[in-house]
Amino acid sequence: MSALHMPIVDEARVAHAWQVLDTVLDPEVPALSVCDLGIVREVLPRAQGLEIVLTPTYSGCPATEVIERSVLEAIDAAGLGPARVTLRRAPAWTTDWISAEGKRKLRDYGIAPPGAAALPGAAVPIRLVRRQAAAPVACPHCGSAHTERLSAFGSTACKSLYRCLDCREPFEHFKPL
Amino acid sequence: MQASIELDRRADVQYLLRIADTGLILAQRLGEWCGHAPALEEDIAMTNMALDLVGQARALLTRAGQIEGRAHDEDQLAFLRDERDYFNATLVELPRGDFAFSVLRNAMVATLLKLLWEKLESSSDAEVAAIAAKAIKEARYHQQHAADWVVRLGDGTDESRSRMEAALAQLWRYVPELFAADAIDEEARASGLGPAWSELREAWFAEMGSVLEEATLAMPAESAFMSTGKRGVHSEHMGYILAEMQHLQRAYPGGVW
Repeated sequence: MSALHMPIVDEARVAHAWQVLDTVLDPEVPALSVCDLGIVREVLPRAQGLEIVLTPTYSGCPATEVIERSVLEAIDAAGLGPARVTLRRAPAWTTDWISAEGKRKLRDYGIAPPGAAALPGAAVPIRLVRRQAAAPVACPHCGSAHTERLSAFGSTACKSLYRCLDCREPFEHFKPL
Repeated sequence: MQASIELDRRADVQYLLRIADTGLILAQRLGEWCGHAPALEEDIAMTNMALDLVGQARALLTRAGQIEGRAHDEDQLAFLRDERDYFNATLVELPRGDFAFSVLRNAMVATLLKLLWEKLESSSDAEVAAIAAKAIKEARYHQQHAADWVVRLGDGTDESRSRMEAALAQLWRYVPELFAADAIDEEARASGLGPAWSELREAWFAEMGSVLEEATLAMPAESAFMSTGKRGVHSEHMGYILAEMQHLQRAYPGGVW
């Protein structure tokens, strides 16, 4: 960076930071940026530099630490450093925070996006009849709702496995949470 | 060799460690299924649930360390305590057994943790409340998955049913410990940190009762045996699982990768 670089106002810096963050991809679902995923809660101009507030997805998600590092690297590379990342747990992240654009990108990537999550505080009874599924999950390839779940858990904490009974393609579903 | 840390066994720290350790030790047991479950999907399920439980435990251990005030971090608390300073419910330290045993235990523990997290969402400790608000969603998913399997195996073939009945007879002996009242619980209840586990008893029996009924399994009579893991006095299995968990940090102090 040039020594003659003009100081930029906080507002512009924050806006620039948001643009940069929109290029930082989730390492496990690289179709989505951390902004699409809805985990960037705030970007705050502090005296010591930018503070980027992230809300983790799953308690044990191993991507959280990678994301923190990638965020700081991207901010540094854009000349917006120094910055630090803080984690904010409350309110808890929900898949409802994934943007409409993010859901579209998921579908294009071959992952069925999540439907609406249960409201916080709502009682969630145990369903004891296996086939009595909630809302059907549409196939991201052919759009058919004629699909079945193969596995409640998938390759990452946030996904389950499905297959389409029409086009016969297997696909992943981003679990509503 | 790395020496053990000296834990301040104050009541609020013990209360949080009971929950953290119950998740941590169950996660270690679930990890033993990696590469051994009867189907790939269940292999993935067991380890996914372990990952959630480790995540929840890490957050709680961190908070317990802050409250304790001796600068112990999550790693020191996870790996450098002696056996008597672990406060998990005894049932999670029992060897993993067969698949029926593991899924029934998962259902019992997920039901317990779900009920605990529901109450902990209104903990007087804001950090604990935030951890609970996240963990509750994961616990519900775990409970649903485990309950599905209890029904499928209980109301299944002669073989699966007899395995489930054997698991039920073995695990039910460890239920009284879960809801035994004591001073640690009483203090947490009084301070608003969290519920006494005894308050969850009725809801736990109602939920487990509906799962067992659907599985056509009879709920065993309550055992007179009282296990004591929550007080730090463990079964003969605990030393072995800790040896496996801790040997790396003990042999290579502060080792990271």
